[in-house]
Amino acid sequence: MTLFLIGLALCAGIIVSALLAVQLGNTVSAAITAGMASLFAAITYVALAAPDVAMTEAAIGSGLTTVIFLYAIRRTAEPPQE
Amino acid sequence: MIKRATVLLSLVLLGLVFLQLVAGYSPRTALNPVAEHYVTAGPEELGAANIVTAVLVTYRGLDTLGEVAVLFISAAGVGLLLRRKTRPADTARRKPRPSSELVGTAVRFLLPLIFVLGAYIFINGHLTPGGGFQGGAVLASGIMLLLLADPHAHLNHRLVHWLESSSGFGYVVVGVLGLVFAGGFLDNRFLGLGTFGELFSAGAMPIIYALIGLKVGTELSAVLERMKD
Repeated sequence: MTLFLIGLALCAGIIVSALLAVQLGNTVSAAITAGMASLFAAITYVALAAPDVAMTEAAIGSGLTTVIFLYAIRRTAEPPQE
Repeated sequence: MIKRATVLLSLVLLGLVFLQLVAGYSPRTALNPVAEHYVTAGPEELGAANIVTAVLVTYRGLDTLGEVAVLFISAAGVGLLLRRKTRPADTARRKPRPSSELVGTAVRFLLPLIFVLGAYIFINGHLTPGGGFQGGAVLASGIMLLLLADPHAHLNHRLVHWLESSSGFGYVVVGVLGLVFAGGFLDNRFLGLGTFGELFSAGAMPIIYALIGLKVGTELSAVLERMKD
C-alpha cells in the first residue's frame, strides 16, 4: 500500500510539473519545471527497476536539456536596455 | 474556436487509445521467448553481467550504431545552425561577470570527480547499470559545469574533434573486427570473455562502451559550447 502511494505521488509529480511547464508564463520557470518532470520520471524508473534508463533520463532529460533550454532562452531573449 | 475543438477532440481520441491499452493490461507472469533467451543466454554467451548492456552493445549493436549516428547528425546540425558569424562591432559582447570564488573552487574540486564518475559509468557498463550514453552525458555535464563557472573557458576544438572522430571510427573498426574474427558485426567475442564479473571481461564490450562514452561526451560538449557563445 505504501509503495502504491509512493508510485501515485511520483506519477502525480510528473503530471503536475508537466502541466506547470505548459502553463507558466515565465520561460525560465517553464524550462525548470520541465526538468522536474524528467527528474520525477527518472525516480519512477528506479522504482520500476530500470536503473539504466533512469540514469539516461536524469543526466540528459533533467540535466543537459534544461541547461540547453536556458542557454537558448538567454540567446533569444531581448538584450537588456542600457 | 475550431482550433480549440480540434485540440479537445484529438485529446479525447488519444485518451481513448490509452484507455484501451490500460483496460486490457494484465501484468506478465513470464518473460516472452526473446527476452528469456537474452536473460538465460546473455551471461553465458557474452559474459556480461548487465543484460541491458549485452542487448544494447551486441544483440542489438547495429541499432546502437544507428543511435550514435543520429546523435552525430544532430550535433552536426546544431554546429551548422549556430556557427559563429563575425559579429558587427556595435553588438560587441558584453563582458560576463566573473564567477565567485566559491563557484571557482567548487569547480576545481568537483570537475575531476565528475569526469572519473563518467569514465567509471561507461567502463563498468557491462557489470553495473549505465553505459556509454549515460557516462558520456555525465562527462558533458562536467564540461557544462566548467562553462557555467568560467564564461571565458574554451574547449580545445582540435582535441574534441579528434577524440570524437577517432572514437566513432574506432567503434566501427571494433565492429568489423567482430565480423572478421567472430560471429558477426559488433560481435564482442573476438577478445576472450575472461572471468564473469571482472572489469576486463565480456570481450570487446568495455572497449565499445568506452568509445561510445567518449563520442557521446565530446559531441554533447561541443553542442553545449556552441550554445554558449
